[in-house]
Amino acid sequence: MLEIKGLRAAVGDKEILAGIDLTVPDGEIHAVMGPNGAGKSTLSYILSGRDGYEVTGGAVSFDGEDLLAMAPEARAAAGIFLAFQYPIELPGVGNANFIRTAVNAVRRARGETEMDTVAFLKEARNAVKALAMPDDMLKRNVNVGFSGGEKKRNEILQMTLLKPKLALLDETDSGLDIDALRIVAGGVNAARGPKFSALVITHYQRLLDYITPDRVHVLAAGRIVRSGGPELAVELEQHGYGGLGAA
Amino acid sequence: MSGTAYATKFLDRIDVASLPGDQEARQSALAAFFSTGWPDRKHEAWHYTDLNARMRGFADEALATRMLRPELPSVDIPRLVFVNGVLDKTLSSDALNFLQTRGIPEQKTSSLPIVALNAAITLGGADLKVSAGQNAGTILLVSVGSGDGLAIAPRHRITLEKGSNLTVIEVIRGAGRYLHVPVTEINVGDGGTLRHFRLQEESRDSVHVATVLATIAESATYETFTLGVGASLARSEFHVTLGGGGADVQLNAAQLLTGTQHGDVTTIVAHEAPGCTSRQTVKSVIDGSARGVFQGRIEVARIAQKTDGYQMNQALLLSDSAEIDSKPELEIFADDVKCSHGATIGALDPEQIFYLRSRGVSEKDARAILIRAFLHEALEPITDYVARPIFEAAIQSWRWGASG
Ligand SMILES: Nc1ncnc2c1ncn2[C@@H]1O[C@H](COP(=O)(O)OP(=O)(O)OP(=O)(O)O)[C@@H](O)[C@H]1O
Ligand SMILES: [Mg+2]
Repeated sequence: MLEIKGLRAAVGDKEILAGIDLTVPDGEIHAVMGPNGAGKSTLSYILSGRDGYEVTGGAVSFDGEDLLAMAPEARAAAGIFLAFQYPIELPGVGNANFIRTAVNAVRRARGETEMDTVAFLKEARNAVKALAMPDDMLKRNVNVGFSGGEKKRNEILQMTLLKPKLALLDETDSGLDIDALRIVAGGVNAARGPKFSALVITHYQRLLDYITPDRVHVLAAGRIVRSGGPELAVELEQHGYGGLGAA
Repeated sequence: MSGTAYATKFLDRIDVASLPGDQEARQSALAAFFSTGWPDRKHEAWHYTDLNARMRGFADEALATRMLRPELPSVDIPRLVFVNGVLDKTLSSDALNFLQTRGIPEQKTSSLPIVALNAAITLGGADLKVSAGQNAGTILLVSVGSGDGLAIAPRHRITLEKGSNLTVIEVIRGAGRYLHVPVTEINVGDGGTLRHFRLQEESRDSVHVATVLATIAESATYETFTLGVGASLARSEFHVTLGGGGADVQLNAAQLLTGTQHGDVTTIVAHEAPGCTSRQTVKSVIDGSARGVFQGRIEVARIAQKTDGYQMNQALLLSDSAEIDSKPELEIFADDVKCSHGATIGALDPEQIFYLRSRGVSEKDARAILIRAFLHEALEPITDYVARPIFEAAIQSWRWGASG
């Protein structure tokens, strides 16, 4: 379970998160919507441990542990996964090798045995197929020369193979064609279960037609300004963020 | 103290007069060396590498030979193993028809001070000769330095006759505080292909100055890669002459430097015939307060029309006090040529490190992965299945990012 209490964060003098309270119980999927620049990506970065932000107040616990005190790799081992809004390219690093290194690092940290190449490739190829990705995707360098949609699918591929407890999906739907959207949503739905939760950041209600959220939150100017059920997303689609007290 | 004074003191301990072979030639080579002594920054070719400064104190070292059992790559291919410049028969393969050791070579003096030094004190080296049309496979050439205060000067020769092929994996390693100055003379005949992969893993206290003098004939190929990880000061200097039409050289190198190491890759590629290509990629990974140097000169003679020359120098600086000096030079006398060079200097990208860490990879491993990725292009051409793992292992065991 993720519990965010009064989280405030700044970059330099600029306050970006102005006191966020949010709880995501195990097994639930929460959507976070909100205008550009509201702080959605910042929240997901802070939860996954990226440098460069100063947490000026509040606390975050994950399964009872102080999340903010953990190194990024320890958070991954604890089960946090961030699907980047803008996935990073790694020239010279093969995709299969990259994901296998990650999977085994996480398994080691969890005291599990490492996966050998054959077993890993078998599972990876199945996941590639399920996500309707081109076959050569595992052989290519990580995200190098991938189309926008391919990069997003590659994030979901990593999620599928890393089997996180909490996925932070930062606009994974942006840039996906209609079929890809359905496939990616299928990837998330396949992970759904009592031990899987997700924070799905999106601008579009369309994604939420495929991934039905338990809760929808509106983040504006660094605060959660409204929370509700799935119907909130429909309302936002119709009326926009105006009138929500958002800046 | 001047380069000559240190050199005199150092060489005082070597009784050149007692060495076998043509004494007159040895003495004239010695004189040629002493006209310079240890080169320092005053010598143009050594502007970025002060050998004299690193040789300070070497002469005071008590001479000691240690009989170390060198650890050799466990690969099942023919090998020649030299320990302190002398063939170790027990570690080497039985004579193969093309594997021979070189007696004391006809001494040639040289305007290159270290090559002259080698000529004065060498006890010979490997002499690999592949006859016309023969494919001689892959051989391992090992040179081990073992001891303190020694000067080790193997002189190897590799000769490929017309249309022949050979792959040489050269491994240079050792223990102690010694000077290692190998010279390799290479001749690749018409249509021949020599692949020459070099791993320099000298003792961290040693000084290593290797010189490769290669002449490549018509339509012949010389493909070489050097990985330098050892020595206190290391310099790999290549003089490659493309002497026949359509000759091709691929001269790649990488150096991994840390602490106070100094690593220098110097190349002089001379296009002396038309229609030749040269490709050079040199990569330096520099940590601590180590310093890397790349000097690359491409010379294109008037007759060398349709020359295609390319040179790329890339440095990855892992700490604030790491340094790289890069000096590309193009000297072109023909008018119809394509020559380019480029250089980049960068650091590890924090976004890439975070991406890896967010997937569970430790910071140390993330850095290692990105450093390996930086070297990827230089390693890619090593398709030889024996050579490749030797280089991968050397990179793996390098002390990654000591700065954190
Ligand atoms: N490193 C930084 N330095 C300065 N400002 C920053 C930095 N990181 C984020 N910001 C600012 O913080 C605000 C929130 O950015 P963030 O990327 O979290 O928005 P977002 O809600 O994800 O927007 P979008 O919907 O466009 O992706 C923006 O105004 C942004 O410019
Ligand atoms: Mg964003």
